[in-house]
Amino acid sequence: MSRIAFLNARLVDPATGRDEPGALLIEDGRIVDAGPMPFNDPTGGKYEIVDCEGRVLCPGLVDLKVSTGEPGDEHRETIATAGRAAAAGGVTTIVLQPGTTPPLDDPALIQFVSRAKCAVRVLPMGALTQGLRGEAMSEMGLLADAGAVAFTDGDRTVGNTRVMRRALSYAATFDLLVAVHCEDPFLAEGGAMNEGETATRLGLPSIPAAAEAIIVERDLRLAELTGARLHIAQVSTAASLDLIAAAKARGLPVTCAVSAAHLALNEIDVGTYLTFRKLSPPLRSDDDRRAMVQGVIDGTIDAIVSSHDPQAPDTKRQPFAQAAFGGAGLETLLPVALQLFHDGELSLAAALAKVTSAPARILRLTDGTGTLSPGARADLCVFDPGAPRTIRREDLLSRSKNTPFEGLNFQGRVWRSYVGGVLAHESAA
Amino acid sequence: MPVAGPILPNRHLLAIEDIDRTQCSALLDLAETYVGLNREVAKKRDTLRGRTLINLFFESSTRTQSSFELAGKRLGADVMNMSVGNSAVKKGETLIDTAMTLNAMRPDLLVVRHQDSGAVSLLARKVDCSVINAGDGAHEHPTQALLDALTIRRRLGRIEGLTVAICGDILHSRVARSNIALLQKMGARVRLVAPKTLLPSAVGRLGPEIHHHMEDGLKGADVVMMLRLQLERMTGAFLPSTREFYRFYGLDAEKLALAKPGAFVMHPGPMNRGVEIDSAVADDVERSLIQEQVEMGVAVRMAVLDALSRNILNTRDKALWA
Repeated sequence: MSRIAFLNARLVDPATGRDEPGALLIEDGRIVDAGPMPFNDPTGGKYEIVDCEGRVLCPGLVDLKVSTGEPGDEHRETIATAGRAAAAGGVTTIVLQPGTTPPLDDPALIQFVSRAKCAVRVLPMGALTQGLRGEAMSEMGLLADAGAVAFTDGDRTVGNTRVMRRALSYAATFDLLVAVHCEDPFLAEGGAMNEGETATRLGLPSIPAAAEAIIVERDLRLAELTGARLHIAQVSTAASLDLIAAAKARGLPVTCAVSAAHLALNEIDVGTYLTFRKLSPPLRSDDDRRAMVQGVIDGTIDAIVSSHDPQAPDTKRQPFAQAAFGGAGLETLLPVALQLFHDGELSLAAALAKVTSAPARILRLTDGTGTLSPGARADLCVFDPGAPRTIRREDLLSRSKNTPFEGLNFQGRVWRSYVGGVLAHESAA
Repeated sequence: MPVAGPILPNRHLLAIEDIDRTQCSALLDLAETYVGLNREVAKKRDTLRGRTLINLFFESSTRTQSSFELAGKRLGADVMNMSVGNSAVKKGETLIDTAMTLNAMRPDLLVVRHQDSGAVSLLARKVDCSVINAGDGAHEHPTQALLDALTIRRRLGRIEGLTVAICGDILHSRVARSNIALLQKMGARVRLVAPKTLLPSAVGRLGPEIHHHMEDGLKGADVVMMLRLQLERMTGAFLPSTREFYRFYGLDAEKLALAKPGAFVMHPGPMNRGVEIDSAVADDVERSLIQEQVEMGVAVRMAVLDALSRNILNTRDKALWA
């Protein structure tokens, strides 16, 4: 029986709001006890002792939006390399997007990625429509049986409203979660960045902010019509947030997330055609960005995601309009989320809830993931909340280094990550 | 008198946004001397003797490419033209690869046109020589704005205080963006006249007055600058038809009468006669500066090549550029 005792920790359990000095005991990959008092040792010292030296000990992060290149584009990222990056970032559960080659629209593919060797826990989302083509719904029931935790077409919006209605309606039959990327495909076609003064100065084809709100409103209405559980995978505009807040007030079972990049950056950061900051949805105005921060604080936004989307250098070293969308994010999710705590906007527990207990609750994980409850899987993150850090691409473990945060300063450094009680990452410093 | 020493602050000329009013004026002064030279029988100088200039055009162009070619040859440079068609494999890959290949041939000046905004500055970061932007996507076309400014300054004696109306497809136009920047730097009032579908969002933030009707936009204008309408964009996407555009935004004698008496007409070419401009106006020698723009184009490009060559060292000491 493997037993580890974490001593001298600052225990933060976002699910309960607990934030106090204490110790935590795990046995065979499960949390047994956690508390302020040094626990009693009935077995006479048969524990491996980990001295946390006052660092924060919290549940490992749950990241609802992670893309890899496996299968099909392993030069970008494999599930194993994503796992290394995740563990380094304190992320112990990654929820894979189905936009691979081929897309995850077949039960065998769901099983394939679920079984892939990975340092962290892998939960795949299945395709909402066959081939992500937005035409015919996927075998959601079979995919769910194979292990798909939710259904989405990834970064594509189902353009056909009738198809979307039926997919939501069918998902509701089995009470399955549907995650949506909200961007009107006709308005967004060919666009490379947010519409506005910056795009005009740079002469870039652009996407209006309204392209998001239009689909958010459509999908909220369809969720209301069908009774489906809807998760807006990435919200980026103030207008969409107002719609979501109104839907929540009506009692709809809707949740939403924001990416770390959309909390920390705005359209002006595109600067002189920085393709590492070409993201989908595009970085928005600073008014929108501040609305995202406010949405996280007031709870309209449930979770923060990395929206990890590794891209190879050849697809990023291009003229901006030709470059691929997406940024690597697994290793920067925690420091960006901690910014809300350092800015005094949220308590440490409340900030961490956005990347631990809240995403676990959205997925309805019932095994204690995202909490420090006794019996929960021992997925843990131990970090220095105040440690300064400059993001440098060469420090990243992800196979692709396309971080939108290159050169920026944050606070928060992971010391160790544990997945199922096993050490998954230990930082050198 | 033109400035004898360095004029431009950088190794490259990528955008009007990067240079200030004094530098623009100095370039125009230098260009004036080349207008004189170009009207001589013996037009050749040896300012760029021993230098290699490569025209790298990813988008086809007759006017700009031949203008740069003549400018380079008249200053004594060895000029090579490279046209890389749109058919080339993967656009961006070709861009960087082509840049690295050409760079290895050690040119001194590289004139680049590309269909994507920002592509020329991306390329400029990869090479050791001076890069001149000959048009990148809908971003900038700095030498066009300089030649327009020179044309205006010679005819009207100044730019400060003039009202210039830029009309037509502003949305897709790099010429418009460079001209807005340059004319405003030089103290002119700029008006944009276009239907809403052909105006980029928030373009008013760049400083010009926005008008949607020629009657308002042309009133009292000293110069009316028409832009080329891309015919392939006319198929109902941005405009219902060419005849409807001509009716409301095509420059004919009647609409030109709305401007200041004797106002001048400009067009960067090539023109769509009967679409954005009526032949009678385009060919009116009293009012149309279109041919003069072409002449000024060569002089301005000579001035730009001259100015940039002053920033190139005679020995290749890269450390000084680092």
